[in-house]
Amino acid sequence: MSTGMSASTDGRSDARTDGRSDDANVVLGAPEIGRALTRIAHEILERNKGGSDVVLLGIPTRGLPLARRLAARLVAVEAGLDVDALVGSLDVTMYRDDLAHHPTRTIGATDIPGDGIDDKVVVLVDDVLFSGRTIRAALDAISDLGRPRAVQLAALVDRGHRELPIRADFVGKNLPTSLYERVRVLLEETDGRDAVLIEGGAR
Amino acid sequence: MRHLLSTADLDVAEAVRILDTAGQMAATQAREIKKLPTLRGRTVVNLFFEDSTRTRISFETAAKRLSADVINFSAKGSSVSKGESLKDTALTLQAMGADAVVIRHYASGAPHTLAHGGWTTGAVVNAGDGTHQHPTQALLDAYTLRRHLVGDGGRADVAGRDLTGLRVAIVGDVLHSRVARSNVQLLHTLGAEVTLVAPPTLVPVGVEAWPARVSYHLDEAIADDKPDAIMMLRVQRERMSSAGGGFFPSPLEYTRGYGLDARRLASLPEHAIVLHPGPMNRGLEISADAADSSRAVIVEQVANGVAVRMAVLYLLLAGGDAPTSTQPGTTNETKVDA
Repeated sequence: MSTGMSASTDGRSDARTDGRSDDANVVLGAPEIGRALTRIAHEILERNKGGSDVVLLGIPTRGLPLARRLAARLVAVEAGLDVDALVGSLDVTMYRDDLAHHPTRTIGATDIPGDGIDDKVVVLVDDVLFSGRTIRAALDAISDLGRPRAVQLAALVDRGHRELPIRADFVGKNLPTSLYERVRVLLEETDGRDAVLIEGGAR
Repeated sequence: MRHLLSTADLDVAEAVRILDTAGQMAATQAREIKKLPTLRGRTVVNLFFEDSTRTRISFETAAKRLSADVINFSAKGSSVSKGESLKDTALTLQAMGADAVVIRHYASGAPHTLAHGGWTTGAVVNAGDGTHQHPTQALLDAYTLRRHLVGDGGRADVAGRDLTGLRVAIVGDVLHSRVARSNVQLLHTLGAEVTLVAPPTLVPVGVEAWPARVSYHLDEAIADDKPDAIMMLRVQRERMSSAGGGFFPSPLEYTRGYGLDARRLASLPEHAIVLHPGPMNRGLEISADAADSSRAVIVEQVANGVAVRMAVLYLLLAGGDAPTSTQPGTTNETKVDA
C-alpha cells in the first residue's frame, strides 16, 4: 500500500502556492472583494426580509471564511443576530460525482448550527461558481441533513461554463473566462491575502 | 493506498489520515440519515473463511452506509467446503466485478497472497489472518484511544494528532493475538509506548524485536507504568489444543495473574480507559465489574469500528487516477473550485 495516499490533496491546495507568479492577472483586490461581500450581505437581507431565518453554509475550503465574513456583515447591519448561529460548513466531498476521476480527496468538516436547517433559508457560499457540480453535490448533502424552506446560492466569482441548470442568487463578480484559464481565489484566512487571479489563458 | 494488509505498512501520515477520515465518518453517523452516496455502484465482497460476528457486520455496515453493494461470502456452505482453492475463489469474485475484497482467513498471510497473486484487481482489506494481523481493529483501537486521551480528554479537536506520549498496556494472550501484533506496530508508529503483559508461555518467540516492553506481572506493570489505557486480549482457547493447552495451569490461575478485576481497575490511574477487542470471556481475562464499568469503552469500540472501516473503504475505493488529458471540460483543476 502506500502509493497515492500521502500524495493526494484536497484538489484545492495547489491554489495556495504564493499566487504571485508573473502571468497571474489580479482581477479583484482586497477592497473589491470587501465591497462585493458587503453588497451580497445586504442583498441577502433584502431578499429574505431580514436575517432571522437565514443560515449561511460555507463550502470548504474557501467558502467557509467567505460565509463567516458575510455573517459578520449581517450581524453588523441587523440587530439580534449571532455569528455562530448563522454560519455552518458543508463538506460535499462524499456527494461528488467525480470522485473516481481524482486522487482520493480529504473529507472536510460538516458543521451545522445548533438549530439545524429545517424550515430555514440556507444560503450556500462558495468562492468560484464554475460547472455547478459542487452545488449539485451540496444540494444532495443538504437533503440528507434536513429540509430547508429554500436554498440560495452566493458565489464570490461566477466564471461561467455551467454544466448543470444551476445559477447563483448572489454574485460578487461575473468573470467571463476561457476553459483554459484558471481562476484562483486567495483569502486572508487561508492564503494570507485577499485577491482573485486569472492565470493560464490562451495557448 | 492500494490495499490494507498490515499496520506495519502504514506511516504516521497515512495512519493519522485514516483516523481523521474516520472522525468525519463518525460525524455523519450521528445524523438522522446515515447513508452517504459516496461508493454507489462499487461492490465490496466480505470473504470470511473464519467465524466472525462483529468484524463482518461492521464491514457490512460500513460498506452499506457508503452505498456500496455488499456480497457476503462465508466458507461454510460455499464451494470452499468442497475443496475450492483461494485462487479459484478469488478468480470467481474477480469475474463478478468485486472492487474490494475484505478477507478473514485462518492462515496468516492469506490476504497478502490474495493481493499479490494477480487474481483480483480489487483492493484487499485484511480483516484478520491467522495470528498475523488485524489492521482495522488496531486502527479502531487507536481511534478510540485518541478520542478519549488526546486533546484534553477528548474535548479539543484531535484532527491531525497522533498518540505521542500515551502509555498502553496490552494484556493477555499475546502469542495467538493478531490484534496485539497490529496494535504494537500501529501504536508505536503513532508515538505511543506499549507494554505487553502476559504469562511467559503466551509471549511469542522473537518478541524482543517488537517495539514494545514485555512484563510478566500485571500488578507490577500497572504500578510501574501507570498506563493511560489497558487493552485486555481474549484468551483464544480455540487456538489452544485443550482446556488451557498447557499455556497456563488453570483458568482460575490465569484470572488471578492476568485478569482485570475491580481491584486492578481501581489501581489504574483515574483517567485510564479499558479496551477489549471482543468477544469477551467474562470471568477469564476480564471480570464483569471491569467490563461494565464506566471506564470500559468496549461498546464504543464497536461503533468506532464502523467509522474506521468506512474511512478505510473510502480511502481505498473513492479515489481514481488523476486525469491526464488536457482537453477543456474534462480536466480543468479549477473545476474543483466550481
